[in-house]
Amino acid sequence: MSSTTNPAGGGPVGGPRAALYRYGVGGLAIALSVVVFLVPFAFIVLVAAMDAQQAGEFRFAWPRDVQLWDNLVEVVRTRDYLLIIAFINSLVLTVASVALTVVLGAMVAFVLQRRRTRFTGFVNFLVLAGLIMPPAIVPTIWVLQRVGLFATMPGLILVEVAFGLSFTILLFRAFISTIPRELDEAAVLDGAGPLRLFFRVVLPLLRPVLVTVVLVQSVNVFNDFQTPLYFLPGDAGATVQLTLFNFQSQNLSSYNLLFMDVLLITIPPLVLYLFFNRQIVAGMTAGAVKG
Amino acid sequence: MSQTIGSTTGSTTGSAVRRARPPRRAGDRAGTRPGPYPGWFYLPAAIVYGALFLIPTLLSFYFALTRWTIFDSEFIGLENFAQFFSEPALTRGFVNTFVYAVITSGAKVVLGLGLGLLLTSRILGRGYLRAVIFFPVLVSSVGVGITFQVLMNPTKGAINAALGVLGIDGPGWLVDPALALFSVALVDVWKGVGLATLIYMAGIVSIPKEYHEAARVDGAGSWRLFRDVVFPLSWPATSTVITLSLIGGLRSFDLIWAMTRGGPGFTSDVIASVIYKQYQAGFYGLSTAGNVILFLAVTAIVLPLTRFLARKEVEL
Repeated sequence: MSSTTNPAGGGPVGGPRAALYRYGVGGLAIALSVVVFLVPFAFIVLVAAMDAQQAGEFRFAWPRDVQLWDNLVEVVRTRDYLLIIAFINSLVLTVASVALTVVLGAMVAFVLQRRRTRFTGFVNFLVLAGLIMPPAIVPTIWVLQRVGLFATMPGLILVEVAFGLSFTILLFRAFISTIPRELDEAAVLDGAGPLRLFFRVVLPLLRPVLVTVVLVQSVNVFNDFQTPLYFLPGDAGATVQLTLFNFQSQNLSSYNLLFMDVLLITIPPLVLYLFFNRQIVAGMTAGAVKG
Repeated sequence: MSQTIGSTTGSTTGSAVRRARPPRRAGDRAGTRPGPYPGWFYLPAAIVYGALFLIPTLLSFYFALTRWTIFDSEFIGLENFAQFFSEPALTRGFVNTFVYAVITSGAKVVLGLGLGLLLTSRILGRGYLRAVIFFPVLVSSVGVGITFQVLMNPTKGAINAALGVLGIDGPGWLVDPALALFSVALVDVWKGVGLATLIYMAGIVSIPKEYHEAARVDGAGSWRLFRDVVFPLSWPATSTVITLSLIGGLRSFDLIWAMTRGGPGFTSDVIASVIYKQYQAGFYGLSTAGNVILFLAVTAIVLPLTRFLARKEVEL
């Protein structure tokens, strides 16, 4: 990788070697990226536009008869508009759990960063544990059953909150440490209580990191498959990821519909990425570095 | 959500903000006690986290020792663990978990570093490449799994068709018992390498330019520059990628379940898929034992590893 010229960006700007590297290696990388990364996505779109018979051939080919719209209508109609219900379920789950995670996580991060007590170390430990440790599934189901929340949407929302808190707290805590304490003191002198200080002074200042957290958590929850699979079984509460799984298990003959479903489920993250790629990238790497 | 957004857009007059204004009492009480940072701010999060993560984790250590039907449990000692390590189907899952985690994180380190170097250098189409390599990170594992399951079909799939054009007889990616786990790992790397690349790019860019210049003045070639400057100084990135992908690899379930369901047979099972299978079969105690084993495995690997990586970081 380093035989052509300095790949780390410190080399001379001009010269034929630099040009060869820029266009030669760059061109090669682009060609490879098309094959490795774009072809699979193109395949999803192509199959989603095929008729059932051609889709079953698994070939990377132009659809004999482009029926993107027909397939869309058909997949939406399947099993009494299950997909629509699933999209609503996913939306409710994502919005509710991310909103709760963000507020609860920011409250913890705020006090955790500002006030040192003998519990601070323990709380930090719990936050890291939540990030690293796999959740104990059946005991969680047992707890949910005890409080009557198993296989309900509120139960699933709370589980997603519990699993998402650690990441949120870490990101918020790092950001809150850059907000000067003097601001808190000024607000307190002006007569603000803790809730007012938090919601009206601190939370607005968290906006950049808040956008990041909301985006990354939304993508995570929307894409989550394992948690809804365990905690919200059954068709009525199915999220979009589960419909994919159900179609895969039951509709093996019509791959065009299955891939239409894949396509539909890929669109929300794609849209978010197109509009907010800077924030998403920042959140992913920041979360990673802290983890 | 709308409340949160409303109170963060900076307006001081929005109704969402007014609704969040505290009752007087809270302010007064806080004034007498721990200042503006009250301990009860922990409470809502602590209840959710405690009830749905902490307590189940602690409970798992007891229920793993029982024969359990959700309604009642019978203490049977270490029987579940004995079964886990004597039945080949379960033991295979245990071994596979480590193989899978090590392979995927190793590949992500090597490819992420290579791509990170490539994408921080002066190269054509850098923005496009970054975007296209990163995007699969945001796509659902199940969607990716289904797509590659079709692409990897041994007789009709596009991958083997392309290999056939090159005169290569493609393998039975997901149907060959010796290969299935590695095929899924390959797709895992495809999906996750964008994140590793991104982390490396951040690490490489943060290396001060003076180091490059100093090394150049000393007559270091590209390889020396990489070995003695770029690689050591981007060690925090390496350490992050290793830790992150090991944790993810040990816990991974979605992709494996979407692509093979642990098959053919149980050759691509991992602990997480064993946990699900035993749960489905109604063996809750055994399933929970799997959870405890996964917990211990993650602890036994990640704790010493992070310590080792941190020490190395100081040394470098």
